[in-house]
Amino acid sequence: MSGVLKSREALLVAVIAALLAVIASRFPSFVTPGNLARVLNDTAPLIILAVGQALVILTRCIDLSVAANLALTGMVCAMLNVAMPGLPVAAILALAMTMGACLGALNGLLVWKLSIPPIVVTLGTMTIFRGLIFVISDGTWINAHQMSPAFTGFPRTVILGLPVLAWIALAVAALFLLVVARAPLGRAFYAVGGNPHAAVYAGLNVGRTQFWAFVISGTLAGLTGYLWVARYSIAYVDIAGGFELEVVAACVIGGISIAGGAGTVLGAVLGALFLGIVKNALPVVGISPFWQLAISGSAIVIAVAFNARARRAKGRIILRRAEAAP
Amino acid sequence: MTDATRHIPDRLQSPAARALKSWESLLLAVAIAVFIVNSFASPYFLSAWNLSDATFNFTEKAMIAFAMAMLIIAGEIDLSVASIIALASTAMGAAAQVGAGVPVLVLIGLGTGLLCGAINGLLVTGLGLPSIVVTIGTMSLFRGISFIVLGDKAYTGYPPGFAYFGQGYVWWVISFEFALFAVLAAVYAVVLHKTSFGRAVYAIGNNPTGALFSGIRVARVKFVLFLLTGLMSGLAAVCLTSRLGSTRPSIATGWELEVVTMVVLGGVNILGGSGTIPGVVIAAFVMGLVTFGFGLLNVPGIVMSIFVGLLLIAVIALPRLWAMWRR
Repeated sequence: MSGVLKSREALLVAVIAALLAVIASRFPSFVTPGNLARVLNDTAPLIILAVGQALVILTRCIDLSVAANLALTGMVCAMLNVAMPGLPVAAILALAMTMGACLGALNGLLVWKLSIPPIVVTLGTMTIFRGLIFVISDGTWINAHQMSPAFTGFPRTVILGLPVLAWIALAVAALFLLVVARAPLGRAFYAVGGNPHAAVYAGLNVGRTQFWAFVISGTLAGLTGYLWVARYSIAYVDIAGGFELEVVAACVIGGISIAGGAGTVLGAVLGALFLGIVKNALPVVGISPFWQLAISGSAIVIAVAFNARARRAKGRIILRRAEAAP
Repeated sequence: MTDATRHIPDRLQSPAARALKSWESLLLAVAIAVFIVNSFASPYFLSAWNLSDATFNFTEKAMIAFAMAMLIIAGEIDLSVASIIALASTAMGAAAQVGAGVPVLVLIGLGTGLLCGAINGLLVTGLGLPSIVVTIGTMSLFRGISFIVLGDKAYTGYPPGFAYFGQGYVWWVISFEFALFAVLAAVYAVVLHKTSFGRAVYAIGNNPTGALFSGIRVARVKFVLFLLTGLMSGLAAVCLTSRLGSTRPSIATGWELEVVTMVVLGGVNILGGSGTIPGVVIAAFVMGLVTFGFGLLNVPGIVMSIFVGLLLIAVIALPRLWAMWRR
């Protein structure tokens, strides 16, 4: 019982509930089911990317290229739609995920085969992907009227009261909750991040496990690329600019330790929801949206300090017991 | 990974041979090659004033890169430098609005930089947090404060004397910024390579625990390095704001990447423990000359950023590929 109370997930649920209660006391319309569904839908891209990023961070890596991957894949999807309006959405979805996976695999290969630090690899690919969008699009925008109705309609189709975009986010979260809890690959992420040396002796290939984390993160970024472009009906060079930091923020707030091996997918999802609620509540409460960047920055710093404090407290208890024993 | 059969030479090569084979001399050769290619590619390249203009492409970033090099050698990183520039520039803009003079503006710029560096340093050394996450956080926080203050507006109207730092010339084509860059390069080279503080930086990067047991105050050295990086970002903010004559919250976006690229291109090991200031100086020239050459050929800035990204990866990947191929 005390374990449940102390867990980051329970704490986040409490914080989110308190946040909603405070907002609801002044602005009851914010917590109506319709508006909450809208907030969930708005947070869906962040949730999907945070799940992928969580896996990458679990393996002691970081993927700063997710937003650029999203934008590049989104642009390719949009251009494909303009060139071939008849292409079914299923084909575009498959293409987006394949392309995202390839871009992720590029990161993964550089980390695995050449052992280049992940932050350097993904800082580099982040700028390369962004630059490539400019090269293929020549800096032009693709607007709503150039896209086919089927292309833009898919993520907005409402099923059982929720748009497809929100359902996809929930499905991705559920899938990876299962993968991480039950599949050998999911356990390998923890083993590799928790103690790479021990993981080698347990017969795990550290580099290959990290490679798969990057492939998953890339696939989800590619998927989000299509969904993002279709939902907002616009594609240009700078879409989702700086979004990678929000994704890392969601993970850190969700209790994923940047040192690897600690944290849960559920935590990352809750972290994303927390940021999503704050972002959507700001205009309702009457605070300028310009505050958002500073708020998520402070949230990262506070969360990482919290993560470290939890770790240190454990160390102290062990020492105190050792002192008391003799 | 398995380097069990590492070859240990009977005697070291002569110092001259080692210097020839070093990363710095390779980089110097690249710089000279870029220079020659550029002077053939564009007829406007080889002019004293054009070359002087070209130096503005890297002087401000290089100032930060010197401090960043020491920070990375010590095994830490600061991704918030560009945001510190934004915040320092905003603070100066706000002060200029209420009629602050030039000396006060410079002090505010440097002071804001120091303060931001101290915050990063305290979070990393005081609370023992990983610098990469802390500075990703403060990166949003510092620029976020700029956005809160400025929104979609801009500060202009700096006092006339303020323009000297970014637009003034010390002598003929030597700009104030370039002179400052040269002086700082010399100071940082001496500090890193000739003082006990510099040796401590290498020791910490190679083995923090070992350094601690050798009596080096690891936390204090790291804190000073964060302070220095903040101060240099403040200095870069003074120069950049003075050169542009205006402040927007989006000022210097993406510079953290270019500064890190410059440092890594200069031969500093991203994992800490090795690297030199002369390497960073030559890397600054290479990046500045390439950017300027592309600019003369009308290549858009975002295409140049592809080149920067490729350069960052290639610089680390190529030696490793080379080592794999030779094995």
